Amino acid sequence: MADDIRALSAQLAQDPQSLVFLRLGEALRRKGQLDGALRVAVNGLERHPHLADAHDLYARILTDKHDYERAFDEWDMAVRIAPHHTGALKGLAFLYFKVGDLAQAEAHLEQARKVEPDDPSIDQAIAMMRKGTAPPAPTAATAESAPALASAPSATVTTAAFDEARVFAGLEGAHEGLLLIDGAGRVLGGALKNGAGADVTDTVAAYLAGVSQEAARTAKLLGLGAWMGLSAEGQHGNVHLAHPTPQALLLVVRERGMPLGRLAILAQRATAMARRWLEKQ
Amino acid sequence: MSKALDLITRVRGVRGAMLVSAEDGLVVAEQLMEGIKGGAVAALAASLAGRLRRAMEAAGTGTSVFWHLQAEQGAILVVPGDATGGILVVAVAEPDVNIGLVRLELLRAAEAAI
Repeated sequence: MADDIRALSAQLAQDPQSLVFLRLGEALRRKGQLDGALRVAVNGLERHPHLADAHDLYARILTDKHDYERAFDEWDMAVRIAPHHTGALKGLAFLYFKVGDLAQAEAHLEQARKVEPDDPSIDQAIAMMRKGTAPPAPTAATAESAPALASAPSATVTTAAFDEARVFAGLEGAHEGLLLIDGAGRVLGGALKNGAGADVTDTVAAYLAGVSQEAARTAKLLGLGAWMGLSAEGQHGNVHLAHPTPQALLLVVRERGMPLGRLAILAQRATAMARRWLEKQ
Repeated sequence: MSKALDLITRVRGVRGAMLVSAEDGLVVAEQLMEGIKGGAVAALAASLAGRLRRAMEAAGTGTSVFWHLQAEQGAILVVPGDATGGILVVAVAEPDVNIGLVRLELLRAAEAAI
C-alpha cells in the first residue's frame, strides 16, 4: 500500500492534471491518512471542479472525518453532475439513514439499484437498512473507472432556482452562474464560463472589482449613499451584482429570459446564502 | 431630443434625465432638478458603463442594453450607448421609482436619439 501511494504520488507530481489523484486520495483514505487524502481531494477538485468522482472522493473523506453536512453537499453535487453516480447515491442513502430518514435512504438505494442492478452490495445495503442496521458507507467503486464528467452549464443558460446546498456547492465548484470575489478581484468561490464554454472566471473577477469601485464612487459622489446592487440586462444574459459583506462581491448570471426583477430576488437569496457561507469559512 | 428627456422626467420619482457621450462622459443634453450635478453624473455614468460593458462581455452575456444601480438614497438607470451611436441615456431617480416605467422611457429616448 505504501508503495502504491508513493507510485501514485510520483505519477501525480509528474502530471498534476491527471485523474490519478482519485486513486491516490482513496488509497490515503483507506490507510487512514485523512488529512493527506483531504489535501489530494481538494487539489483535485480545484483542477476538476465538474468531476463527479472528485466530489464523491471528497465526500467519502469528509464522512470518515464525521463531517456529514459537507459530505452531504459533496454527494449532492456529484449526483447533480452525474445523476447515475451510484457511489454518490449510496453515500446519500448512508447519510439519510444516519439522520433517520429511512424513506429517502431507501429511495436513493433503489435509484442506485436501477443503475447497477447486478451490484450485490446495493441489495445487501437495502436488506441491512430494513433490518435497522446502517448500510456501509460507500467505497470507491468508481475511482478507477472512467470519470462521469459533465461539462458546466454556460453561465448564460443556467435556469435552476437556488437551494442552499446547491449554492454552497456552486461556491465550491461553480455550477450556478455564481461568482464570489473580494474587493481586490480575487476569486473566493464559484466560477463562470462564457457561451463558448471557456473559463472566464479570472477575467470577469478582475473587471468586477473595477465595476464595484466605480459603483461605490458614483453613488458616493452623487450623494446616493451606499450602493446596494447593480442589475444589468445583456444581449445574451442578465446579471446582478451585490455585496454579501462589505469586502465581498457576488455576481449572479442568468439567461436573458429571466426578468431583472426575478433575478434581483434570486440574487438577494444567493447573497444571504453567500454571507452565511463566508461566515463558515 | 428634449421631448424624449421630458418623457423620462415625467415619471414620478425621476429627478433628472440626460444624454451623455459614452466615449468622453460629456453631457449632450440634460433636464435635471436643482442640486443634481449633471457633469458629475455624466462622467461617472460613462465610466461605470465602460467597466460594466467589459465585465459583461467577458462573462459572455454580451453588451448591456439596460442597467440600474440601486443605492440607499437613489438610483441611476442607464441605457448604454452601443445601440445609440455612443450616446448613453441616463436617469437619476429616487430609490422607490418605478424601474420598469423608467426603463421603457429610457429605451424610447434611446430610439429617438439614434
